[in-house]
Amino acid sequence: MQLELNHYLWLSAFMFTVGVVGVLVRRNAIVIFMCIELMLNAVNLSFIAFSHFMRDIQGQLMVFFVMTVAAAEAAVGLAIVIALFRNKQTVNIDEINILKG
Amino acid sequence: MHESIFLAVLFPLVGFLLNALFSSMKFIKSGESGKEFFVGAFSTLMIVLPFVIAVGVFFELQSLPASEQKFVVNVYEWFKAGAMTVGVSYQLDSLSVLMMLVVTGVGSLIHLYSIGYMHGDEGFARFFSYLNLFIFAMLNLVLADNMALMFLGWEGVGLCSYFLIGFWYDRKFEGVGIETTTDAANKAFMLNRVGDFAMLGAMFLIFQKIGSLTFESILSQLSAFDQTHLFWMALLVFIGCTGKSAQIPLFTWLPDAMAGPTPVSALIHAATMVTSGIYLIARLSPLFMLAPDVMNLVAIIGAATAIIAASIAVVQNDIKKILAYSTVSQLGYMFLALGVGATTAAMFHLVTHAFFKACLFLGSGSVIHALHEEQDVRQMGGLQKVMPSTGTTFLIGAIALSGFPLTAGFFSKDELLAKTFASGNVALYAVGIVTAALTAFYSMRAYALTFLGDARWAHDKHPHESGATMTIPLWILAALSLIGGVIGLPAVIQEHNWIHGWLSRSQIVEKEMTMAHSTEWILLALSSAVAIGGLGFAYSIYTKKQTAAASQNGFYNLLLNKYYIDELYNALFVKPMRFVSEKILPTLDAALINGVLNGVGTSFISIARSLKIWQSGVAQNYALAIIAGLVAILSYLMLKQP
Amino acid sequence: MPNDYLLSLPILAAAGWSVLLIILEAMLSRAALTRVFAMLGFALVGGLSVIGFPLQGLAFSEMLRIGGFQHFANIIFCLSGLLVVALSEKYLDDENVHYGEYYIVAFISVVGMMLLAAAANMAILFIGLEMMSIALYVLAGLMRRDVRSNEAAMKYFLLGAFASGLLLYGISLIYGATGELALHKIAIAIQTGSASMLFWIGFGLLITGFLFKISAVPFHQWTPDVYDGSPTPAAAFMSTGAKAAAFSALIVVVTNFSTLLQNSPTWSLVISSIALATMVVGNIAALAQENLKRMLAYSSVAHAGYMLVGIAAATPDGYSGIMFYTLVYTLMNIGAFGVVALLESKENLLLASDYAGLFKHRPMLAGAMAVFMLSLAGVPPLGGFIGKYKVFAAAVDAKLTWLALAGVLASAVSAYYYLRVVYFMFMRDPVGEAISAPATSSLAFALIAVAVVLLGVFPTEILRITDAALKFAQLPTQTGF
Repeated sequence: MQLELNHYLWLSAFMFTVGVVGVLVRRNAIVIFMCIELMLNAVNLSFIAFSHFMRDIQGQLMVFFVMTVAAAEAAVGLAIVIALFRNKQTVNIDEINILKG
Repeated sequence: MHESIFLAVLFPLVGFLLNALFSSMKFIKSGESGKEFFVGAFSTLMIVLPFVIAVGVFFELQSLPASEQKFVVNVYEWFKAGAMTVGVSYQLDSLSVLMMLVVTGVGSLIHLYSIGYMHGDEGFARFFSYLNLFIFAMLNLVLADNMALMFLGWEGVGLCSYFLIGFWYDRKFEGVGIETTTDAANKAFMLNRVGDFAMLGAMFLIFQKIGSLTFESILSQLSAFDQTHLFWMALLVFIGCTGKSAQIPLFTWLPDAMAGPTPVSALIHAATMVTSGIYLIARLSPLFMLAPDVMNLVAIIGAATAIIAASIAVVQNDIKKILAYSTVSQLGYMFLALGVGATTAAMFHLVTHAFFKACLFLGSGSVIHALHEEQDVRQMGGLQKVMPSTGTTFLIGAIALSGFPLTAGFFSKDELLAKTFASGNVALYAVGIVTAALTAFYSMRAYALTFLGDARWAHDKHPHESGATMTIPLWILAALSLIGGVIGLPAVIQEHNWIHGWLSRSQIVEKEMTMAHSTEWILLALSSAVAIGGLGFAYSIYTKKQTAAASQNGFYNLLLNKYYIDELYNALFVKPMRFVSEKILPTLDAALINGVLNGVGTSFISIARSLKIWQSGVAQNYALAIIAGLVAILSYLMLKQP
Repeated sequence: MPNDYLLSLPILAAAGWSVLLIILEAMLSRAALTRVFAMLGFALVGGLSVIGFPLQGLAFSEMLRIGGFQHFANIIFCLSGLLVVALSEKYLDDENVHYGEYYIVAFISVVGMMLLAAAANMAILFIGLEMMSIALYVLAGLMRRDVRSNEAAMKYFLLGAFASGLLLYGISLIYGATGELALHKIAIAIQTGSASMLFWIGFGLLITGFLFKISAVPFHQWTPDVYDGSPTPAAAFMSTGAKAAAFSALIVVVTNFSTLLQNSPTWSLVISSIALATMVVGNIAALAQENLKRMLAYSSVAHAGYMLVGIAAATPDGYSGIMFYTLVYTLMNIGAFGVVALLESKENLLLASDYAGLFKHRPMLAGAMAVFMLSLAGVPPLGGFIGKYKVFAAAVDAKLTWLALAGVLASAVSAYYYLRVVYFMFMRDPVGEAISAPATSSLAFALIAVAVVLLGVFPTEILRITDAALKFAQLPTQTGF
């Protein structure tokens, strides 16, 4: 079977959806963050697929930027999680709700 | 002179800014008379200068041929957005210059008076900064050539009124359904909002139809409006005016506005701000003439307000409340005149009312000051001997208010009533003449209880005449109350009197009404009789009562008659009017404020509280909302796009 | 080629200056010095944007688009940064978090904002957005020993990254639908061929990302929590600079796609309904807030709604109105947040009633706060009124009278909670101790208040500039909106 653009796109959409659902249902902040990473990588897959099938370099260029940004985001995100854990001894997102109303 | 009109508007603004600076720097340590005089004199000067400019413009206008007597001075284009350009531009015609003269003239006197009245108050500079800001806003209101700028002034005077009513915000104040000064300020604020929304609606309707808000283009394009449009516009403008000018059903804030310092009551809540509704309807009189239904409503509301407020004034014991209800009643007269199409008569009464009511309020302030914040007339009496200037000027103001022959109030009230009669509304005329009798009665009652008879104030008080900064304005205003009528002598004496000639040069219109001279003489005689009768009746009750009680045995019959009169008076007025002012009005207010305004507020707040539940604090719920919003947007875009 | 450098000089200078700040802090680690240099940097970059105002064109292989619009936006960002940095010192000292990083991170965030506004390519758009956002996550969590600050940073970070993921997916789908990442080339592609379903899905995702950043309903829920927990000056920064940046980018995107969007009643309805919901929810939710910081957060949601009315109008007048609005909003909102930050301390709870009698102690400060509150409420003749009026008038011209009317009613509701603060300051007696704050800061706030008043009384010149700036923002290849 020849792999078409659509196959990649559906896979990417599936991965993205898994990521979104993960963000919505998981409790642990680290896992939620991983789900967000999954979303970003799903997007990367679609970029590469488009880039490949349209014979256009821009999509691949975009992927590098996304990876860099994701790394920066991970650095800041993990720092925030650690700071929170130090003060609160939990990273369960549904227990982090002092600010509300 | 007219080119420098922006200076006239600028001076009070400069006064406000500098006074605000003085106030924030705590320039005056408590009771430093020298600095107080400096601040007060400076503020007064900032109002006198516009008065001088107004006089200059007045003579300039008069020197021009009647057809060209209007200047429009564009100061600058304020902003332009969409189809609307709003300019800061001032229109100088006979109507606005007349208003400007009243505002700055009476305003200067009241500023001068306040120097003495506010002496020693810790908010001295703050008081004058608000007062100057008020004059600034008021000048914008009367001079604006478009409704947008007019409305800005309209809101500005409302804001100053709010701050000045609540000036002594820590004091207790007994009013209709309220307890503190701040409550009084809030009530005025809320009732005025009702009117303001109507005014905004009117402006919106006008703009939607003709795409402009300048008075010039509104009045020149009246044919563009159909009958329904005219009706709604006029009605909404009128509702707006009932708020600011304290007419039924929005009048209860004005008596409570007396919580403010007395000069404020004189300036804002008697002479100027509350008359802006009359000014505005006069300005738009060509429009109102095309909406006869609204005109009838204006007349009826005016007459009803006049008689109800006058009846309440009869039974009040707080001297400022008497004057406040009197103001409501007199404003009702002006609306009555506007409603029957006697625009000039309304403006004439506006001017004379500014003189004698300011005089009365300032006089009452002088008394209150002398008796250390005592406002109850039952605790006064016998002050004529102690405070001769205040007493005499108060008497002059009171007889002018009651329409004693040849005073200013006599001519203006007579013209207004005669025009009402001539318009064929005999019922409204009857209401007017009864109101006149009541007016004469309560005026003399207030004077007699305060200044005549025995002294009923505590012995440790030593009232004395106020200083020159307070008595000079009193005498000037008293003189104007006596002779101010010459600007509008009745037709039987002078066929074309001055104020008619003057106002006919602006765009205001009125109904043509003619009357036989004999009828007019009869009406004049009737007015005089009613005024003198009311004054005399009140005089007989409130001065002889004491002596009659002293010599019970000798004048048995007199005492008996007296007794009947008191009973009658009690049954006719005191009980029902007490009931009205103590039961019905608070209920009405509560219905309006608590029921409608607060009801809307409470329901909004309960919606707001329920929104809080959605803000659960859990990030995932927020993410869920994001996804829900996204799905909604995407599905709508996909459904509708080809 | 040198033209590229000249065109993008403010951005390059800002990027260079942020490196300088890092070196300075690393070598000397003196927060006060870094603060001064950060302020200098903002002034310098803002000045460069003023000087370069008439320059326009595409730079660096059509990656950046520079014009009057971008310069105007840069000035707003720098103004926001400058004011926030200027007003932060006392707060940071009080909270014991006076680190030099604060200023560096704020500066980097401004560089991100400038890139975001100047983006001519989706790649730059994404980088700018992330640069701005990641820096803001750090600012939100600056008080790392305070659990509220941690929580704010955590929520902002997770939701922000989530929204970025959606936005990025949108970019990817638009790329797939058109084969382009450069905005103006995408515009040409969708003009020649009709926009496919794939494009619309991508566009929807992209817009969702922006709506999150400007905190439009229903993507707004992070806003009150994050502003509440963050250091107050950082909240001021987020609500002004970051919001202005997101709006600039949104304007750039919708003007590029204007031919498509203007013929789409669906889009118009979507954005108008969101604007309506944002105004209504923001204002009503603010009514029930006792905490002034949260009240200002909801008010910031409501103001995003007013500005969205300009986007819904989709006319140059509307966009110009938004630009004016962001300028006024930056001044008045930083002013309001700044007063809150100044008076805030560990003990008091920041309720509106804590401001009782402020006028007696600090008349100038209370006066300035009153100006900010009245301007936020849209009371003429203050700046906030002109901004609101301009966007509403644009909506009326675009036949969206209902939306403008709803906006007027919503802002009438808003008067309640703004005026309540004024009421407490002026009409109540002070309770408890006089609030201590340096006298010089009162003067700074008075100056900001004067600027707000002047923008309201003499708006014509600035409105002329925003109108002109929009003309510069148009592309050489594009004719008209």
